[in-house]
Amino acid sequence: MTIDQLSVFVENEPGRLAEVTEVLGKADVDLRAMSLADARDFGVLRVIVSDPRRASEVLKDAGHAVTVTQVLAVSIEDKPGSLAGILRVLADAGVSVEYLYAFITREKGNAYVILRVEDNARATEIFRRHDIKTVAANEIYDL
Amino acid sequence: MNFARSLSKAVKEEVIALGYYQEDMERASRETMRKLQDERLVKTVKHAYDNIPYYREKMKEKGVEPGDVRGTEDIRKLPFLSKEDLRESYPYGFLAKPLSECVRIQSTSGTTGKRVVAFYTQNDIELWEECCARAIAAVGGTKEDVVHVCYGYGLFTGGPGLNGGSHKVGSLTLPMSSGNSERQIQFMTDLGSTILCCTPSYAAFLAESIHSMGVRDKIKLKAGIFGAEAWSEEMRRDIERNLGIRAYDIYGLTEISGPGVSFECEEQMGMHINEDHFFPEIIDPETGEPLPFGEKGELVFSCITKEAFPLLRYRTRDICVLSRDECSCGRTLVKMSKPMGRSDDMLIIRGVNVFPSQIETVLMNAGYPANYQIIVDRVKHTDTFEVQVEMTPEMFSDEVRELSEREDELLMSMRNMLGISPRVTLVNPRSIARSEGKAVRVIDKRKV
Repeated sequence: MTIDQLSVFVENEPGRLAEVTEVLGKADVDLRAMSLADARDFGVLRVIVSDPRRASEVLKDAGHAVTVTQVLAVSIEDKPGSLAGILRVLADAGVSVEYLYAFITREKGNAYVILRVEDNARATEIFRRHDIKTVAANEIYDL
Repeated sequence: MNFARSLSKAVKEEVIALGYYQEDMERASRETMRKLQDERLVKTVKHAYDNIPYYREKMKEKGVEPGDVRGTEDIRKLPFLSKEDLRESYPYGFLAKPLSECVRIQSTSGTTGKRVVAFYTQNDIELWEECCARAIAAVGGTKEDVVHVCYGYGLFTGGPGLNGGSHKVGSLTLPMSSGNSERQIQFMTDLGSTILCCTPSYAAFLAESIHSMGVRDKIKLKAGIFGAEAWSEEMRRDIERNLGIRAYDIYGLTEISGPGVSFECEEQMGMHINEDHFFPEIIDPETGEPLPFGEKGELVFSCITKEAFPLLRYRTRDICVLSRDECSCGRTLVKMSKPMGRSDDMLIIRGVNVFPSQIETVLMNAGYPANYQIIVDRVKHTDTFEVQVEMTPEMFSDEVRELSEREDELLMSMRNMLGISPRVTLVNPRSIARSEGKAVRVIDKRKV
């Protein structure tokens, strides 16, 4: 139940982020969710897209360093305390979260959380036990 | 007080007051100097041939024997030496004296991982320090002066050389070494430093700090001896104005001895070569053919008094012009212009010699492809130094922390290899400018 997330190296120069998104736009790739992590002199753009394979190809062709990472997507209720709820079950099970980002959907009252954890299988199992809904890849890509 | 000692001191003072340290040599007639050089060269060629197997082989390859060199007019019969020869014979290959007679090493960058190590006997040290003493006396240094040395001390020759020269002159020597500007300025004001020795960029930096600390009126400096990196006339004027001093150039290289191979006099127009120790030639860097004085070419030195490390016809890779025009200072020593460039790809950054091949070695050792670019600039008289390294798919990671760690590791190994810290920046794959398929390795934006 993992989702392919693309990570793209972004130099710390004006216009670099625009370039990356332009490449995706021209290839008709839709962005579902994104997050930018920045370090001293570069950034890593993490994106969930409609077509990860195509996106990865076009970005590589355009000379970008790209890597695919398996992440989890969890569907939660868009209300106070629900993110805390899923983080608590992970914490109690001793699973650490590398990073996460969240987005709300067109469907009212619902939000998605993209999670990068050290052990996807274990986290998935914990979510299942706690009746927390993980979202299938296609469901996210086709949002 | 011992009479003989006080007499010799009195004589020394009189000489130094004129700005000469060894007037007989500094103002020797052409004939005297030539005769001395001839004798010393002949002796050194024999010494090198007899004691350095590597050099003996080089001479044999060229079909020349010590007896063929009867004076400086025969010098072109000898083979050239370069940094590559020193690398091949590292570390002891050019040692011409038993180690038991050597008292010191100094070291400078090699073109790759291996550094150049130069050896000195006590006599070599004495002569080197005398050369530095000439440079200090030439800027008006006497035993009344306080010589503030903030060149690095250690393997780098800058600190030890000027320190020794200052002792010879009899000045009070402040062995400050580099860094910690606040302490530098504190000592400068508290102890009344009168002569500053450091790189020109550090002098410019100190001048700024002195102004911002508002202690300009407490500074007693009258002169500065600034070398180990290229600097423009504009920079000289800035330093002179900001510190209220006269700024002089000094030149040298570890392979030949260190600073004091040549030095500037009050005329501030080129540097007098201590040619009684270092015999200069100018050659065409392409063909190796000697060029007449006045023509621009590569500077080549033969050490004619050294015992432990007597390099002959050593190619400095510095491009300059030699001149025998009469100098108003009264010295007859031949003059060289400021180096105008290099005949190899060596860069001098903040006074440190850097070869692109060293960066390449670091990248290869760390398992990276050698896709890099060095960008050097000068901002407010200080060199900036950036190394861009192309990201590769294998190197890339989703984890920012991991990437940062890799950047830091590269930085550490470059600092260890080069002796100075660049700013290491990871850039996009294939983003480094290539001209006709060949990557441009160095972009030097400095205007000096």
